[in-house]
Amino acid sequence: MNKRRPYVRSMDGWWRKNPFFVEYMIHEGTALFVAAYAGILLNGLLHLSRGEAAWNAWLDGLKNPWYVAFHMLALVAIGYHTYTWFKIMPRTMPPVIVGGKRLADGAITGGGLAVAAAASLALLAAVWGMAR
Amino acid sequence: MKAIRKRSNAPIFWALFGAGGMLSALLGPMLVFITGIAVPLGLLLPADTMSYANMLAFSQNLIGKGFIFAVIALFLWHAAHRIFHSLHDIGIHAGTAAKLICYGGAMLGTLIAAYALLAIGF
Repeated sequence: MNKRRPYVRSMDGWWRKNPFFVEYMIHEGTALFVAAYAGILLNGLLHLSRGEAAWNAWLDGLKNPWYVAFHMLALVAIGYHTYTWFKIMPRTMPPVIVGGKRLADGAITGGGLAVAAAASLALLAAVWGMAR
Repeated sequence: MKAIRKRSNAPIFWALFGAGGMLSALLGPMLVFITGIAVPLGLLLPADTMSYANMLAFSQNLIGKGFIFAVIALFLWHAAHRIFHSLHDIGIHAGTAAKLICYGGAMLGTLIAAYALLAIGF
């Protein structure tokens, strides 16, 4: 038995005491949904490589209400990831100097969200165009 | 002979995290909507959007292959890095074992995706 008994502060619920860290834990937590969604796609890809019957079985599985509910939750979580990704971008990227002035935080966040919206619409249009 | 300096491998993981974070921020919500909600519920998009013929053709196309690989692999590396660095926050020691599980999982998923895409053929 070790004679030294250093005090180790408990970490129980430390982040729940401060709204800043609650938000931080939620936006870090979106990674769980990104990982799960990548896992679902990877599973689908494996089924695709095993032929038509396997693919159709996987595609049918997606109609399960639990799967649909999960995807709705994932849509909210990853949508929140999009928002926070561009919200913290002014602090995660090097300062951009335009005309001798630092580009405003709002311009970086707003620009990023506008690009995300445009990219999403372009993706939807591309899928729609390819499918018909 | 010059001594080889030990360099950090952090920038590699950071770059993969950033690339995956950007890709999932730009396209993640719409991808989830298309594959997980619109197609299973038959909303908005044509009924055969994700039919076997369509998806096989997409995954045999070089651009389609690259897109599928980038989405799966980068999403996994993004999530692995973020989860690894959040372990300390929830009171789990982020040591070598945790690193191996997080990044090893992403690496395994990347290899499986590459294998499946090669098995599908060109």
